[in-house]
Amino acid sequence: MSAARGSLLGIEHLEAAEILKILKFARRMNPDKPRPLLKGKRVVLLFYEASTRTRSSFEIAAKALGAHTVLIQASGSSIEKGESLLDTGYTVRALGADVIVIRHPNAGAPHVMAQYVDVPVINAGDGLHEHPSQALLDAYTILRNKKTFKGLQVAIIGDIFHSRVARSACHLLSKFGVKVILCGPPELVPEIAATLAPGVRVTRHIEDALRGTNVVMLLRVQKERLSGMKINLPDYIAHYQMTAARVKAAKKDAIVMHPGPIIRGLELTGEVADGAQARILDEVRNGVPVRMAILARAVGRMR
Amino acid sequence: MKTGSTNSLLIKGGHLIDPAAKIDGPMDILIEGGRVVEVAPPKKIKGADENFDARGLIVAPGFIDLHVHLREPGQSYKETIATGTAAAAAGGFTSVCTMPNTDPIVDSVEWVQWLRSPERSAVVNVLPIAAATRGSKGGNLTDFRSLQRAGAVAVTDDGKPILEDDIMRAALVLGAEVNFPVVQHAEDTRLTENCSMHAGARAFRLGLRGMPAAAEANIVERDVHLAMQIPNSRLHVAHISTADALKEVRRGKRAKTRVTCEVTPHHFALTDDDVRDYDSRYKMNPPLRSASDLEAILVALADGTVDAIATDHAPHASHEKEMEFERASFGITGLETALGLAIAKLSKEKHIPLGRIVELFTAGPARCFDLRGRGSLGRGYYGDVTIFDPKKRWTFEAVKSLSKSKNTPFDGWQLTGKVVATIVGGRVVYGH
Repeated sequence: MSAARGSLLGIEHLEAAEILKILKFARRMNPDKPRPLLKGKRVVLLFYEASTRTRSSFEIAAKALGAHTVLIQASGSSIEKGESLLDTGYTVRALGADVIVIRHPNAGAPHVMAQYVDVPVINAGDGLHEHPSQALLDAYTILRNKKTFKGLQVAIIGDIFHSRVARSACHLLSKFGVKVILCGPPELVPEIAATLAPGVRVTRHIEDALRGTNVVMLLRVQKERLSGMKINLPDYIAHYQMTAARVKAAKKDAIVMHPGPIIRGLELTGEVADGAQARILDEVRNGVPVRMAILARAVGRMR
Repeated sequence: MKTGSTNSLLIKGGHLIDPAAKIDGPMDILIEGGRVVEVAPPKKIKGADENFDARGLIVAPGFIDLHVHLREPGQSYKETIATGTAAAAAGGFTSVCTMPNTDPIVDSVEWVQWLRSPERSAVVNVLPIAAATRGSKGGNLTDFRSLQRAGAVAVTDDGKPILEDDIMRAALVLGAEVNFPVVQHAEDTRLTENCSMHAGARAFRLGLRGMPAAAEANIVERDVHLAMQIPNSRLHVAHISTADALKEVRRGKRAKTRVTCEVTPHHFALTDDDVRDYDSRYKMNPPLRSASDLEAILVALADGTVDAIATDHAPHASHEKEMEFERASFGITGLETALGLAIAKLSKEKHIPLGRIVELFTAGPARCFDLRGRGSLGRGYYGDVTIFDPKKRWTFEAVKSLSKSKNTPFDGWQLTGKVVATIVGGRVVYGH
């Protein structure tokens, strides 16, 4: 079985035209002006992993469209009792779910769900793999600031290896010809990362990454995913922390983005987080209309 | 299983390929009392109770699989000796070497005897491989001598490696004393924690942690080094999958050390690039490797570095596979697709001679474990014969598999070369 229509499993296999359609539709969405596109529909938020912004953002988006939302978290549910992913999926479907939004610590869990459960599945982050709604809201944020993708250069700095945000961003930006520079130490940014998509390259030097860059995307060092890998934090900070001085190495009108949660004093200084070029809270804000578009698309109402 | 038939069986009109006896031509074979009594040019042998018409077919010594998981004792929901050996017979295997990582672990004489008991209803020869260390915990060695006397053909901790240097050295030393091969599952598990496929571009793209090729090569390098220092030791590398590990085996062979190795059909038929859509039918350990590893495997299969094709038949229930890729069990079934893949991929595509392929299923594996009376059809050898049509194209359908489990990536594949009959001890156990 292939995934139900309206599913959003990742950016890699999404066409550029479809991405633009979602972004365009998102511009018409406003959480303060509810539209009943999902009136009477049930959106099940299946969260196997902790989340603040993605979960609440999907919830607010679903409610703004008139849907009922049900939140199922791994702890305190049958999942804790050993129910399998697919059995949970079948159960949720039997309860009448119209859309399943899933966050899972294992790469590909949404794909497996979509393969067997005949309900549109939206990937809200799967392991190290993809985080498509984040990439779409980041694209939305970039376009609000830069008007077009044409000629843009984006530097993604930090823990690329463990980042589903980075993988989705690379796929998305590459589809629009954006030059993507991945920057960090070899443990976090392996050379093989450059094979993700055309126009993606790897550098170890932050100056190299920032020169001529229009968008600086920072990532958190994900201590919970290091799996025994040892990272020397003082060393990381010395080489890769985004400081006000380093921001100056990028283009004058460069914007600074971060999917959050941010750790002040680690991947960036407080000064940068609160600085004029930061768009970190805009990203959070933009998440809602973009997820409204994703949900509308899931039920075939993105018209 | 029953010992050889008392009736005599004449296999006539076929083309015999018996690499150990250097025969590649038309020959008739007479089996009596479970043993080969005569091999002669067509129409020279007369008078048997039964005849098998092998015209247009290849007749070969019974195939030997050095690496299968039949899941008994303890995991009969995945496979039983009865269903696993039925699948083996359908794949042309007359002898299968069973891995000890069952529940409990086969680390005692009692369990070796249990595996060989007629009550298991095996239709082909079951040759148990016993655990190398007690409970396969990697600590204390098992009693190689008693296990061997009970009928075990080798020792291994398969499923995991013998990691500690001194334990591996001790295993090779004891193995040398009793002339017992030590089979190594070469994986430096310190480098493969939480990994579910080969480390490469595909793993990075899928967001899956990757097992580096070095995790295999490092262990093989260490083991070959140890084997070279220990006179008469016998090292067998299970399911070898990387170019670097093959280099180490070559080094050992050049130094006249008794190091042997096996390759699985999936490692010469697929690469890590075939892992798509988180389909766990492509998940096994060792994982599907890179295209350059596959190239090295093809060279090694042709040049003699590889001694045997072994399936690593690893059945699992659907609920252990249809789940998150990272959580799904490692392993695929392989008994019924091995010959069809070998002829399609090695003979047709890579022009490796059919005689060499037969050797990899017969004389090669027999040599690895010193299986006396097997791997050839000389007079006095066991009457184990595999008869196949090397040109027959057919489509493998997993639902029709005789194995209890259907976890195979080759479902729906068009294969070349089909088993027509499998004969064990002069008795037809598969085919007409």
